[in-house]
Amino acid sequence: MEENTQTIETETTSNTAAESAQTISVAGAQPAIATDRDSDQLQITLGEFEGPLDLLLYLIRQDQVNIYDIPIARITDEYLRYLTLMKELDLTVAGDFLVMAAQLIELKSRMLLPRDPLAVEEELEDPRAELVNRLLEHEKFKAAAQMLWSRATVEQAVFKRAEIETDTNNPEVAVGLFDLLTVFQKILARHKEEVLMEIEREEVTMAEMIDRLRNMMRSAGEVNLMKFFERAQSRRELVVAFLSVLELVRLSEISLVQHETFGEILARSVSPA
Amino acid sequence: MEKAMSKAARTVEITEEVSTVEESPIEGQRSIGEAELKSIAEALIFVADEPISAKTIADVIDADRDTVEKAIADLGAEYEARKGALQLREIAGGWQIATRPEHHEDIRAYLKSRPSAKLSLASLETLAVIAYKQPVTVPEILEIRGVQSPSAIKTLLDKRLIVAKGRKETVGRPMMYGTSKEFLIQFGLKDLSELPSIEDFQDLAGGES
Repeated sequence: MEENTQTIETETTSNTAAESAQTISVAGAQPAIATDRDSDQLQITLGEFEGPLDLLLYLIRQDQVNIYDIPIARITDEYLRYLTLMKELDLTVAGDFLVMAAQLIELKSRMLLPRDPLAVEEELEDPRAELVNRLLEHEKFKAAAQMLWSRATVEQAVFKRAEIETDTNNPEVAVGLFDLLTVFQKILARHKEEVLMEIEREEVTMAEMIDRLRNMMRSAGEVNLMKFFERAQSRRELVVAFLSVLELVRLSEISLVQHETFGEILARSVSPA
Repeated sequence: MEKAMSKAARTVEITEEVSTVEESPIEGQRSIGEAELKSIAEALIFVADEPISAKTIADVIDADRDTVEKAIADLGAEYEARKGALQLREIAGGWQIATRPEHHEDIRAYLKSRPSAKLSLASLETLAVIAYKQPVTVPEILEIRGVQSPSAIKTLLDKRLIVAKGRKETVGRPMMYGTSKEFLIQFGLKDLSELPSIEDFQDLAGGES
């Protein structure tokens, strides 16, 4: 939902700050198509909302109801109808919208219930109060976002002198020690991963491993299995090594000898080579 | 401040009139007249690629900061009086020479440039919450916006408008975010106090209903 661009707009090139401010205030409200007179650009605004609070605010504004006295039942119905519409349009309804729906329904039921006459003072508070506060807070920040938007627009109309060749600390490339460290750590991490991958890909087949064991047997007569296993360079190789020992035992090529309990295990050729 | 003053007093003779310099010349000191100081300040502000502070200018020319500030103020008044294409503005704790916004169309025509991509509404809202509530954590932003904003935060971090400000000592130790110097520069702000009070928006928001 988040960055799911609710306003598909081609760049507004020559809008003044005032015009732009208007554009933003309608964004996300109703579906609309507008043309820019100065160019052949087309603005399409989808009737989609940034989040549940946006949708609620829109419904409240549309019905021109007092935000401090929201007719919860009516607004909840409209809210749910909008969610149904979103589903029909195959828009993914974000979890946030569903959470708000649940909260609204809960509010609605609490509004229907008679108040507990024995309840303490503070519990008598309007159950809608928390929602109203959240809505007002949200609206404040929406207004602040608009202010930032117009500031940025004005700021983009202000130009500084072109870059001098000695400009080394251009903000685009200005990195601190920590940025550098972060990048370095990432490279290190990636490097580590790559190395691990390589070892894994370097598969030793069962046949090769059996050959290796046979060669060791041939040159030494008997092989300390601990030493044989230690030659394995990866987990996978170790498993293959273990399996090849089992295989040779099965084929009765070798026998395993242990001189003492928990002592070292030696592999011996059954028929001397 | 005190230190800077005494340092300046020791090494530099700031004079209102040229005559005073002649009366008390001390060997080895560089005397800068008011007009010259103003001129040097202007030159430094012009070449600086980022807003340059009065302190930096004072350090470079080894002058007293208050005097430099006064020179800059005079300079700004001159720019105002001239009503030319340029303005001297205080941005992100420093000074900057820039064109006036009125000329943007012609400048763009010459530069053949378009305004860079604007931030999305989601990013702007997230930025607004961070600017006013900083240092603020992601869950706190969610509470106000009513929606998750991971991509908005990533965009803002990528554009260097916000920076991580350590972790909050609470469950999960979430990362706290605040606005950067780049934020002040891109939004043409002297400092954070120049942002209109968030309570002013309350009237605006409430007034609509």
